[in-house]
Amino acid sequence: MPDAAMLEVKQLNSWYGESHILHGVDFDVREGEVVTLLGRNGAGKTTTMKSIMGLVPRREGSIRYRGAETVGYLPNAIAKAGIAFCPEERGIFASLTVNENLLLPPVVAPGGLDVDTIYALFPNLKERANTAQGTKLSGGEQQMLAIARILRTGARLLLLDEPTEGLAPVIVQQIGRTIREIKSRGFTVLLVEQNFRFAATVADRHYVMEHGRVVDMIPNTQLEASMDKLHEYLGV
Amino acid sequence: MITIFGIPGPLLFGQLLLGLINGAFYAMLSLGLAIIFGMLNIINFAHGALFMMGAFVAWMLLNYLGIGYFPALILAPVIVGIFGLICEKTIISPLYKLDHLYGLLLTFGMALVIEGLFRNAYGSSGMPYRIPDVFQGATDLGFMFLPNYRGWVVIAALIVCLATWAIIEKTFIGARLRAATENAPLVQAFGVNVPRLITLTYGAGVALAAFAGVLAAPIYSVNPNMGSNFIITVFAVVVIGGMGSILGSIVTGFALGVIEGLTKVFYPQGSATVIFLVMVIVLIVRPRGLFGKAA
Repeated sequence: MPDAAMLEVKQLNSWYGESHILHGVDFDVREGEVVTLLGRNGAGKTTTMKSIMGLVPRREGSIRYRGAETVGYLPNAIAKAGIAFCPEERGIFASLTVNENLLLPPVVAPGGLDVDTIYALFPNLKERANTAQGTKLSGGEQQMLAIARILRTGARLLLLDEPTEGLAPVIVQQIGRTIREIKSRGFTVLLVEQNFRFAATVADRHYVMEHGRVVDMIPNTQLEASMDKLHEYLGV
Repeated sequence: MITIFGIPGPLLFGQLLLGLINGAFYAMLSLGLAIIFGMLNIINFAHGALFMMGAFVAWMLLNYLGIGYFPALILAPVIVGIFGLICEKTIISPLYKLDHLYGLLLTFGMALVIEGLFRNAYGSSGMPYRIPDVFQGATDLGFMFLPNYRGWVVIAALIVCLATWAIIEKTFIGARLRAATENAPLVQAFGVNVPRLITLTYGAGVALAAFAGVLAAPIYSVNPNMGSNFIITVFAVVVIGGMGSILGSIVTGFALGVIEGLTKVFYPQGSATVIFLVMVIVLIVRPRGLFGKAA
């Protein structure tokens, strides 16, 4: 059923201490899609991702993954359900080798890529596998590693938080190819992006966030026609 | 007789051995503290009391159940380790949300309660624990006589320390532990049950203390204060080695034991303070400790 929502977020509210960050976020992601969350800094994109993963102190509303309500789950249970997260700061561990970083996330379901396939997708990582500190890799390599390690686990929904941030154009293109490749392998991707020109090269649909809410949805096919609107939303 | 720097050889080597023995206990105890600190961010003040419990459990197993030294070497750490798991689950874990100071106060209180209970039941004069028959006697090394049991303690401590280091640095489960020490929320978001990992880490650190306690039982008398005699020095060792450093605590533990032993030979009055002197110097020159990573 290609049209059934894989992830369904409804009236999601999140707080950091006293600050109310998300004010009723609504959107959905269908199986096999690449969907982006666009918006300015502070619009709540990263908080939305962290809320889906259970990494915020307090959240309310509904987050259904394959029909199951996960809003009360601990992060490890959400991961076990089949959602994997690649954080904005990449989260490569300095005290682990590159190989240990790659093998760290436990396999949660069958169907993940094996290490050979991953190395075929990311040849640089194979060369650097025995690097003693994961953080000794370049920024681009760290980003590749952060994506590669969640492809192993069998999770089918990948949350990628600004994978292109701070990277050289040639690396950004490589990440674009990677995202199209994992989409072709049947993974579903929710992508946070500041750079909508990059988002347009990989995504099926775009949700625009403002002040902790989703304010618009633009199919990628209508992106060109919606340029004026988008410039206004993003202030670019 | 051989003399070295005007000191009779047997005296020098004797103190060196004593230093090595003390160093073995410093290493095992500070290793457990380092592991617990890395994962829980709590300075486990109850560590000395749990070390003492290890010795007492070995004594009780022998005197009440007739279970000897070698089974006790396994059983006592398991029993005390389970006690540690229960403490972590029930009273320590609720404090993680609060300032670290609360964990320190709680474990300090735990130490007082545990020691008080044993003092109430067994007094504080201490009870002997016989050296197991296989380790009776001494071996002539040519330059000195080595009591067999003391040789065993140094070897056993080295094996346990190196095995612990290898598990943490070289295995898959160790990689998870290191990762969780660095960024626990992310590791949990990968599907690892981090709260359970923390509980097991505390249990393992406590079991290590209890293992040291069993090794110590035949050397020092089994008494409720045996842990507090050690623990202050062990905290200094942890500070010198660098908070949370695994290799640092092992190397520093043995090294400071030896330094203490040598001080007893060359300047006996200074032996009680030399470790703290080293601590002061290290804190001035390299505040993060000899093996500590920059914060």
